[in-house]
Amino acid sequence: MNTSPNPATSTDQDDAALQELEASIVAKPPSPLAEFWHYFRQNRGALAGLIIVAIVVFLAVFAQVVAPHDPIIQDRSAIQMPPAWQEGGKMEYLLGTDAVGRDMVSRLIYGAQLSVFIGLFVVIISVVFGVTLGLSAGYFRGWVEIGIMRVMDIMLSIPSLVLALAIVTILGPSLINAMLAIAIVQLPHYVRLTRASVISELNKEYVTASQIAGAGALRQMFVNILPNCAAPLIVQGTLGISNAILDAAALGFLGLGAQAPTPEWGSMLANAREFVGSAWWIVTFPGLCILITVLAFNLMGDGLRDALDPKMKR
Amino acid sequence: MSFLESKPGVALMEGDNLARHYSVGGGLGKQTATVKALDGVSFSLEARKTLAVVGESGCGKSTLGRQLTLIEKPSSGALKINGAAVGNLSEKDAKLFRRTVQMIFQNPYGSLNPRKKVGQILEEPVLLNMDRLGRKERQERVRDTMAKVGLRPEFYGRYPHMFSGGQRQRIAIARALILEPKVIVADEPVSALDVSVQAQVLNLMMDLQDEMNVAYVFISHDLSVVRHIADDVMVMYLGRVAEKGPTEDLFNRPLHPYTRALLASAPKIDPTQRVKSEPLTGELPSPINPPSGCAFHKRCPFATEHCAQVRPELRVFDGREVACHRVEEIS
Repeated sequence: MNTSPNPATSTDQDDAALQELEASIVAKPPSPLAEFWHYFRQNRGALAGLIIVAIVVFLAVFAQVVAPHDPIIQDRSAIQMPPAWQEGGKMEYLLGTDAVGRDMVSRLIYGAQLSVFIGLFVVIISVVFGVTLGLSAGYFRGWVEIGIMRVMDIMLSIPSLVLALAIVTILGPSLINAMLAIAIVQLPHYVRLTRASVISELNKEYVTASQIAGAGALRQMFVNILPNCAAPLIVQGTLGISNAILDAAALGFLGLGAQAPTPEWGSMLANAREFVGSAWWIVTFPGLCILITVLAFNLMGDGLRDALDPKMKR
Repeated sequence: MSFLESKPGVALMEGDNLARHYSVGGGLGKQTATVKALDGVSFSLEARKTLAVVGESGCGKSTLGRQLTLIEKPSSGALKINGAAVGNLSEKDAKLFRRTVQMIFQNPYGSLNPRKKVGQILEEPVLLNMDRLGRKERQERVRDTMAKVGLRPEFYGRYPHMFSGGQRQRIAIARALILEPKVIVADEPVSALDVSVQAQVLNLMMDLQDEMNVAYVFISHDLSVVRHIADDVMVMYLGRVAEKGPTEDLFNRPLHPYTRALLASAPKIDPTQRVKSEPLTGELPSPINPPSGCAFHKRCPFATEHCAQVRPELRVFDGREVACHRVEEIS
């Protein structure tokens, strides 16, 4: 929360930092990237999130090198082997094996590839289209708005999984189509969110001032108004990554997303549900992976939002 | 192009019977009503002069400001710059118009984009309207203008929220001035500021008027501010002009009953100066359903049957223009 600094606790350190900043501004304005990093770095949670995301991305990219086993090969001698620290576990299979004897560690590492890709792809697609539609609806109002928003209302009125199923059925079952379907299902949230912020921003005088300065519709929408609507969108976007991973799992479970042997966190979780009682590790670790990754993205999103908000800067 | 050249004997800016009507209501099965926010206002503004527009909230003074900057097109009537009507402008002429007429807003907390640095805010008008300038020259111009309004050069890279209201209004003034316009429409530019800062900003505006030869349309409800800054005053009531004349005449001897009431309602410290006449009672009537005849007759102590039936037109009396049937008797 951005509370005004308490004068009693504002120390010499703050003053020094302020003077340093002032000096750097007078000398040479810092590049936007350097400035962004300066403020992002101050948020510990965001930094932790960034580190975890970086690790996950690293594992995903170098899965072939890092993973100890092939994620698809089944070891008949080690079916449902518990993690190494439990009785009956082996160091060879650090987190145990699944119901058909595949190494959990390798499957999780390879699973990161698909899951992170699904999350980012879906969010990027739906943010780009959702924001554009929402901006148009909020800025032009009238028939444009009625047209866009009624379609979004119809989409929202259908249960999201049913809608996704319908879209995948039309497009044909494959992972890419599943991702597109999830992106379309998530679209209305971004459209509504953007439209609402745009309408409230549109009444502010800085928009009129830019209009008098001669700013056209595109400049008004994307340069002047959009940055002021960014905060809720960033939060929604980072939360959308987790939703996308889980929805992709649901589609995979129904046989419409990632297909059987392909390791993917969501489908690993879904397929292992029958072992909750007998072999906890098969269910727990994919769930933990999703949880930690999603949490990391959310923390990073929070930091991103604050670092991009000029009001949080001194 | 023609409206940029000043011609001798032609006013810099003229409003000719400007009107702006809005349709309201019109929901399911409802009749639409017309709000005559501005209903036939004419004025002329000479170069380097200040015309103040005063009146209660809702009298149409801000609507007038919106017509003068072409944020909205007038429903009827014409706006003229140097005698040439500006109606549907081509993109090239629109740029010239923007370099001629600019605006300062009431609320400096709302009129500056919180996501942009001061330098970017000031650069926008230059970027959009002076194509020939390169990046270096644009920044040069921004820094020059900042110096003119008394902003330190290191403010260039700061965000608006780092500034106080007075400094923000200086930034807004710099933005209006940066294209070196001939006319600045200032919509209550000091009413959101502390009294101690108001004087500073007003004096800055007056200094800049001399320095940059700019004319102001100064929209305000604060009579003491108006008296300080204006050459001419136009008193508006319900979208129409009640009285129009030179500031000193108007303040010393208000003719229209509404002007009198307005002046009487202003607080005065010196008890001998307080005007005895009744201050205004009642509310401003709704512009959706204005009173018949003279819009002011229901609140006017001098109203007669005639006032309730026939709308008075502006006419010259005693060196200014008044819209009142009984001005001869009252004065």
